Amino acid sequence: MGFDMERFVAMGGLGGGHGQHLGIAYRAHGEDWAELALPYDARLIGDPTSGVIASGPIVAMMDMATSVAVWLKRGAFEPHVTLDLRVDYLRPAVPERTVIGRGECYRLTRSIAFVRGIAHDGDPDDPVAHVAGTFIGMTA
Amino acid sequence: MSAPRTGIGQAMVLPPYAEWLGCSIEWVDGLPHLIMPFGEHVMGWPGLLQGGAIAGLLEVAGIAALTHRLSNEGTTRIKPVTVTTDYLRTGRDHPTRAVGTILRLGQRTANVEVTAWQEDREKPIATARLNYRILRG
Repeated sequence: MGFDMERFVAMGGLGGGHGQHLGIAYRAHGEDWAELALPYDARLIGDPTSGVIASGPIVAMMDMATSVAVWLKRGAFEPHVTLDLRVDYLRPAVPERTVIGRGECYRLTRSIAFVRGIAHDGDPDDPVAHVAGTFIGMTA
Repeated sequence: MSAPRTGIGQAMVLPPYAEWLGCSIEWVDGLPHLIMPFGEHVMGWPGLLQGGAIAGLLEVAGIAALTHRLSNEGTTRIKPVTVTTDYLRTGRDHPTRAVGTILRLGQRTANVEVTAWQEDREKPIATARLNYRILRG
């Protein structure tokens, strides 16, 4: 059976208010990874002099992409919370470009999920951010 | 003691993203405290704050702390390099406050710690350590 990504997206699983307001959309997924997209929006600018969007929305997207990656790897939706998340800002995202976030769950224990991911604005080999984090299940 | 609430502090203009979050500044003991109201735009699970919105608030508060400290230094640019957020408690449907403490401000880098809380400052919902590159002149 596993985790039904299409159904999850159709049910508004990525929405939940914040994601919906940011315009975060589903792009692709695999057995242990998911890819989301954050369209450029002038209201999300963090540095008015350059027009570069703030890092907060990128963190929100990466939190969601890595969350979904956990459920894909586990093969089921299990509520969890973020324990910690580290973000390395490698370079500013280019204004006007959609930012794509790819999250991966690389290790799963009964209660802890270890995740990592990158965000890029067109070229995955030239990422704008790298993330690493952990989630803890609320039921285990 | 608390100064009158100012949407945008003296010599401090919050970026569009901070306004999108609904943040305002309250000056407490001369330090900028960021206040983010609860709303659907920052909600994850029904009735709960989304982790990304919490991280966003922490980052805005970190920038505000540094902008305030650097306000008499002329042109400076502040670029986040690494941000590590620890989620301590569930964020609920209450306003969230955050304030940054500058651990060190050097010539090239700054290290800031930000704490966010809701009803009780002694019970933070999240903390973040933020390391910045500072560009002067």
